[in-house]
Amino acid sequence: MSRMAISTTVNGDPAEFLCDPSETLLDALRSSLGLTGAKEGCGSGDCGACTVMLDGQMVCSCLVLAAEAEGRTIATIEGVAEGSVLHPVQDKFLEFGALQCGFCTPGFIVAAKALLERNPDPDESEIRYWLAGNLCRCTGYDKIVRAVQAAAAQMRQEGATA
Amino acid sequence: MTMTYHQPRSREEAAALLAADPSARILAGGTDLIVQMRSGRVAPGAVIDIKRISAMQAVQGHDEGFTIGAAMPCTGLKQSQHLAAAWPGVVEAANLIGSVQVRNRATMAGNLCNASPAADAVPALIAAGATALVVGPQGERLVPVEEIPAAPGKTTLSAGEFIAELRLPPRSVGGGDAYLRATPRTEMDIAIVGVGVSLVIGADGVCIAARVALGAVAPTAILVPEAGAALVGTRVDDTALDVMEAAARAACRPIGDKRGSAEYRTHMAGVLARRATIIALSRAKGEQA
Repeated sequence: MSRMAISTTVNGDPAEFLCDPSETLLDALRSSLGLTGAKEGCGSGDCGACTVMLDGQMVCSCLVLAAEAEGRTIATIEGVAEGSVLHPVQDKFLEFGALQCGFCTPGFIVAAKALLERNPDPDESEIRYWLAGNLCRCTGYDKIVRAVQAAAAQMRQEGATA
Repeated sequence: MTMTYHQPRSREEAAALLAADPSARILAGGTDLIVQMRSGRVAPGAVIDIKRISAMQAVQGHDEGFTIGAAMPCTGLKQSQHLAAAWPGVVEAANLIGSVQVRNRATMAGNLCNASPAADAVPALIAAGATALVVGPQGERLVPVEEIPAAPGKTTLSAGEFIAELRLPPRSVGGGDAYLRATPRTEMDIAIVGVGVSLVIGADGVCIAARVALGAVAPTAILVPEAGAALVGTRVDDTALDVMEAAARAACRPIGDKRGSAEYRTHMAGVLARRATIIALSRAKGEQA
């Protein structure tokens, strides 16, 4: 079958691409749209390195067909910072050293941002359960949890003074 | 062979597409199907995405109970407050599957059709007395959920048939349900035993109906009528719980592997059946949501 023409919104902008019917959204983002922030770790929905937002819900883009994205809204790690201004989650990941190799980081940041938009003051156990679908083989998770807590505190403070 | 991708707008259109190609597969959440496609275990000639059929992504509550579209993701079930209040055990079971990312896509109907013996949603649905609306070339039929799985990875659905919706009865006055599972890890793991319990307590405090279902201790999730019967006519006291627990264990025919020995799974089936019954009982009495 010929390739399919898909129209979507990616990080706020219209985006069109061609895909094979069996191609994943992750592959389309990386190969057709040049958005290589989302990574393929496992390809089976276990590691979360490919996490993106699809119509406001975080999903593993390796388990979404690119064709499913027709008319949908996608947000990726590339849209998290506003220009050169990092999102508080990104900022705190740097400050707390919540990454080593960095492969899992885009997925963690997209997922953590999604958590803080739903729950501005999650406790440690809520953070750990929410991020259970994101695997990190370097940090041991502690620095990631601390970074998310610090980002939450900063965002609450900014919200209070805004 | 190349695959085609379809987005039917009606149940009838989906059924026609499925009937036209024996290798075609229904796509709902894709958290099992796409994994299987990528591993090469299945190679469908056509993928039929049912998510553009609006009823497939809805929960409807009415006098006869609840209708849950086959493409309704697990996390979406929590948004239906009536459903979560009526069948908390079912909604909790569906929200133990995988991660948030997975649950935002995965569906209970898909969990059922994937036919894993360890599917978390299935024992809870069986305990709740859920039925599946099966659509196919011969028309529609309502099938009790416990009759859908046939063996690991196999269902009793015929060629061209698919599940369009799951139906749950209304919560009975004095009714309560619960689902508990055991996993070697805390999260992102597959049950080595799962127990769904649903019961109804009469005004006099005596149990008038009970269903107990087990997962991961047999080739399919199973209803254990003897365990439910052990509770009916009792006040769900320790004696009744002892009999129920023994009946649950007696029904187990588990595999043993490095994740859980057959003995451990069987033992835990009884432990969790007891705990789930106590939660269902407190919900039935209105002590716990």
